[in-house]
Amino acid sequence: MAVNRVDVTADAAVLLRRLAGTHGPLMFHQSGGCCDGSSPMCYPAGEFRTGNADVRLGDLRVDGVGEPIPVWMSASQFEYWKHTHLTIDVVPGRGSGFSLEAPEGVRFLIRSRLLTDQELAELDGREQQPVPAEER
Amino acid sequence: MATYAAPGDSGSVVTFRPRYDHFIGGEYVPPAGGEYFANPTPVTGATFTEVARGTAADVDRAVRAAEGAAVAWGRTSPAERAEVLNKIADRIEQNLEAIAVAESWENGKPVRETLAADIPLAVDHFRYFAGAIRAQEGGISQLDADTVAYHFHEPLGVVGQIIPWNFPILMATWKLAPALAAGNTVVLKPAEQTPASIHVLLELIADLIPAGVVNVVNGFGVEAGKPLAQHSGIRKVAFTGETTTGRLIMQYASENIIPVTLELGGKSPNIFFADVADAPDAFYDKAQEGFAMFALNQGEVCTCPSRALIQSSIYSSFLADAVERVQKIKQGDPLDTDTMIGAQASNDQLEKILSYIDIGRKEGAKVLTGGERVDLGGDLSGGYYVQPTVFEGDNKMRVFQEEIFGPVVSVTRFDDYDDAITIANDTLYGLGAGVWSRDGNTAYRAGRDIQAGRVWTNCYHAYPAHAAFGGYKQSGIGRENHKMMLDHYQQTKNILVSYSQNAQGFF
Repeated sequence: MAVNRVDVTADAAVLLRRLAGTHGPLMFHQSGGCCDGSSPMCYPAGEFRTGNADVRLGDLRVDGVGEPIPVWMSASQFEYWKHTHLTIDVVPGRGSGFSLEAPEGVRFLIRSRLLTDQELAELDGREQQPVPAEER
Repeated sequence: MATYAAPGDSGSVVTFRPRYDHFIGGEYVPPAGGEYFANPTPVTGATFTEVARGTAADVDRAVRAAEGAAVAWGRTSPAERAEVLNKIADRIEQNLEAIAVAESWENGKPVRETLAADIPLAVDHFRYFAGAIRAQEGGISQLDADTVAYHFHEPLGVVGQIIPWNFPILMATWKLAPALAAGNTVVLKPAEQTPASIHVLLELIADLIPAGVVNVVNGFGVEAGKPLAQHSGIRKVAFTGETTTGRLIMQYASENIIPVTLELGGKSPNIFFADVADAPDAFYDKAQEGFAMFALNQGEVCTCPSRALIQSSIYSSFLADAVERVQKIKQGDPLDTDTMIGAQASNDQLEKILSYIDIGRKEGAKVLTGGERVDLGGDLSGGYYVQPTVFEGDNKMRVFQEEIFGPVVSVTRFDDYDDAITIANDTLYGLGAGVWSRDGNTAYRAGRDIQAGRVWTNCYHAYPAHAAFGGYKQSGIGRENHKMMLDHYQQTKNILVSYSQNAQGFF
């Protein structure tokens, strides 16, 4: 399987299927800062306007969800995160922000691990410019 | 010392209602959708009340109520509005203990802090803006012998305010006091993690405020916060929270061409220059306390001093003393007045903190103390408790760069002044910072060189009214806690008058 930067747990995939059924195509933007920051925010696709200040980390392909779910992060934040692999998980909680899952009594959560040297080499080769904003 | 009885138990100084509706137009009204959501206390994890689940229909009703009240409220004299604010302050002060216990139960923070800080600061904040609006003056510019420009302050109208969960009542006060002083009416959405304590306050002060001037709609961000931020009747949005939602609120505001103020957090450096250790005296003790301030409010503070930078020549000894100091922090029942650190505000917050402790370890940061969830036993087993945690590592690690919003500090060393400033400014954020030195020149220069809106110098975590608070860089827009916040809630009306009898001569 190809190396990727972002993945999703089985539990989070179940939730994404439900949310996509209700809200249609989805997107994530990883937040920073206080309160509910440092958490992934899930929106209807296009709700959050990404731009040159953002990086698309990858697309989540979830069985039963038609459209791939792009995962975005601000480019400045990516500079500090790019050596880590992210997995979107879900936990019981009372999330805030305008993320879609909060009313369900659950919250998306990022779990992280270090990318291996081999993974980094492969990603570096693929992402000559790791800012594919034009592909939006 | 004492432990307060839990709300709901006999002898408690405060009683929550079993259910809270929206507060719209001066009365409690049920949600249009008829739904409520459960509100647990982080102290035990048990639900203690349920709260209206607001939707766009409720927001719309609240905005209309606020619009209906805006003209009359906007025309009241500054003296009248100041009197209302002063009366609110008096009422809070008279009920301080009950509100403090309610806030502790709601948020999980130690009652020691709500009694001594959160609620007294809220009282003072209302009084400050009562005074500030009476002292505010417009401007007169004499442009030439016959021409004068008059500048008047006018309220914006209806403002939307989205409140965070870390200081539910104090942060609501930071937004309400200047908005009301300036003559605006408000639709306020509390955080869904902490929706109830504001209603304890509201019930105490509702009779002091004209109907429709303050409206509170509860609910989830996506269901109630978003329609509030997008509502065409809103003339300004104030938000405290995180960066992605901050950007989204700016996008919504652009649709209506309205201003926003944003407070979006930080990763605040706390710098200890070598001379703090020149003597083992009271100042050294104060600096040590300054290190431990990361645990205040369980680290759930936008300005948490979550990066400690210690000069190399004192690094080992200062850090050893500091870790010992941290280990003396008493964790326990938030309603015990001896407790220094209570519960994190929600389960997902607890999980996020643990996930950061995990990546910190994976990146090679060393845990010097803490690093685990805590089970306090009994009823508290269901609560969300984390040990105060000290990481040692490098500023490039993610635990040095992201706001964990928990009782976690990441420590590194610096060699000289330039090194300290470089590390301090190597962050996306610029909200708070701490500088500790016995040398006034060093402290002053550092304060000016650090890119942050608030640099505490030989102190930390003080939030007095009349000291401007707000962020540089990605930490936000605007300055709260100071009379300059009035400007963020006012329009400027310029009346340009000619006192000449004669035509200009163009036509």
